Amino acid sequence: MSSGETIIRVDGFTAAYNGQVILNRLSFEVHRGEVFVILGGSGCGKSTLLKHMIGLYAPAAGTILIDGHNISTAEGDERQQVLRKFGVMYQSGALFGSMTVLDNVCLPLQEFTNLPLDAIRVIASMKLQRVGLGGFDHHMPSELSGGMQKRAAIARAMALDPQVLFLDEPSAGLDPITSAELDELILSLARSLKITFVIVSHELASIFAIADRVIMLDKSVKGIVATGKPKELREHSDNAWVRQFFSRQASTDNPA
Amino acid sequence: MVTIVNAAKLRSDGPRSGVLKLAIDGRLDADSTGPVWRESTRLVTAARANNVDLDVASMDYCDGSGIALLIQLRRLQQKHGGKLEIHGLRPEFQELLDDWSQGSGETAPKAKVRTQLVEEVGRRAVEVWRDIHELITFVGQLGLALVKAARHPRTIRWRDTVLIAEEVGVNALPIVAMLSFLVGVIMAFQAAVALRQFGAEIFVANMIGLSVLREMGPLMTAIILAGRSGSAFAAEIGTMKVREEIDALKTMGLEPVRFLVVPRVLAALVMTPVLTVFADLLGVMGGSVVMMSLGFPLITFFHQLQLAVSYGSLVGGLVKAFAFGILIAAIGCLRGLQTENGASAVGLSTTHAVVSGIILIVFADGIFTIIYYLLWV
Repeated sequence: MSSGETIIRVDGFTAAYNGQVILNRLSFEVHRGEVFVILGGSGCGKSTLLKHMIGLYAPAAGTILIDGHNISTAEGDERQQVLRKFGVMYQSGALFGSMTVLDNVCLPLQEFTNLPLDAIRVIASMKLQRVGLGGFDHHMPSELSGGMQKRAAIARAMALDPQVLFLDEPSAGLDPITSAELDELILSLARSLKITFVIVSHELASIFAIADRVIMLDKSVKGIVATGKPKELREHSDNAWVRQFFSRQASTDNPA
Repeated sequence: MVTIVNAAKLRSDGPRSGVLKLAIDGRLDADSTGPVWRESTRLVTAARANNVDLDVASMDYCDGSGIALLIQLRRLQQKHGGKLEIHGLRPEFQELLDDWSQGSGETAPKAKVRTQLVEEVGRRAVEVWRDIHELITFVGQLGLALVKAARHPRTIRWRDTVLIAEEVGVNALPIVAMLSFLVGVIMAFQAAVALRQFGAEIFVANMIGLSVLREMGPLMTAIILAGRSGSAFAAEIGTMKVREEIDALKTMGLEPVRFLVVPRVLAALVMTPVLTVFADLLGVMGGSVVMMSLGFPLITFFHQLQLAVSYGSLVGGLVKAFAFGILIAAIGCLRGLQTENGASAVGLSTTHAVVSGIILIVFADGIFTIIYYLLWV
């Protein structure tokens, strides 16, 4: 669980595309060890926010600090150092299609450590085992189901034991059971390995199951409309729309 | 075409004292609405009547296209301030009409905004400028990555490089060999016909030797490479881009240029001259076969060939091939990295890779020709 110490600090962050502001002056913090969910409807800019947080795009204004390093301005060795602090699971998994699952997990270890090859294989195989893909080492990504590809992508993201894992829509395209299994994996990794999770999602069932804290983005204000624990937002948010959003969805998801 | 049972029919009467009477009978569905649509909209537009009375009491069936016609007729009437009255519409169709009329149903779909010629030209100019800008940036990145690779050869992904070299080089050999041989045969025949008139058929050897070694060998190889490998590079890298694999590389701290482009450029850079040697050899062999069929012994052909060509011609051709290899691989990879999102984007990148590859080859060839001319003559 969260230690209250800040690991990611987003301050006055503004994102623009083709001169049009998508997100305006966002500020929030992610605490070490928590499962932090960025939530919002389609087109509210949550994936855009994630892509800025992992350094793929530079913000139009503001700063994003990961463990004290500015991800968008870091260069050379500092950049490598920041990139080592986190792993990313992309929506589609983004496993390298020309390599086996094991080679995918081995790749970061081969590139950034001087471990002997047999050690790398053992470590990679261990990570695959941890996400429930033991025995699939020599499969090609295309031979795995959608849920397994996402697990493999998590294993690859964990290859170098990062402090933070960013997950882009983990439940997208998965059936509810597979999605729930993935949620369990996320929770168990957060608890046992003390990994901080930053997850982009709009699946309320999954959010209630895993999130310690959420921020909710909205297109109309181009920013955050609510911050807090999902259950508290459902009961006590000042914003009626937010309460409605959480409770309506929650009641249709859990008719009990 | 399906035969339409009980197709909709339009009857009209008027306009008389500002009232146009229309009646539609039968089934008004997607198969039969077409003729009724054309006829009724024409009548209503032409009449500009204050009132259109539409009798649909004997209309048995009506689907979305029929409802669309009713909405369109009402819209046409509203345009000049007239009214449309529908009589005898069955309740179930009335429900459909009310349902579809909601929201934007009453306003005609807006025509697509047309871009002006000047705007279009400007947009294209900006695109070309951006492309040149990206090309320069890419050349810089690639140059830097190649220098780094030369300094630290252990950072090069040799396994990938060898696999790509096999695909680019070894697997292209049959097609390069066959086409070069055929081009050699064809050029020799064409030249022989012309030179025979002067009894100078022996000079076919000179022509074949010079043109194959200096021009056709490297050029044929490069064009085949652009079609085979340049396009493959763009498609591979483009697909990786669409599948977020390039993003994954970046967030892992692996530069796509070092990781994907350097092995491909190295493979092409080594294999193009090697393929060109084969192309030269097969092209000359094609010429020799023609000369033998014209009655010249092989030894005479090769003697004449040795008199005509120097090592300079061979080396000049190979230097060109070397440059073509870099250009094709680099532009193929760049087009791949420039791929945007969507299913058609990869196809577009592939096409661009081949077209830009061939344009670059021809430009580079022109520059080499000028340089060689200044150096040798």
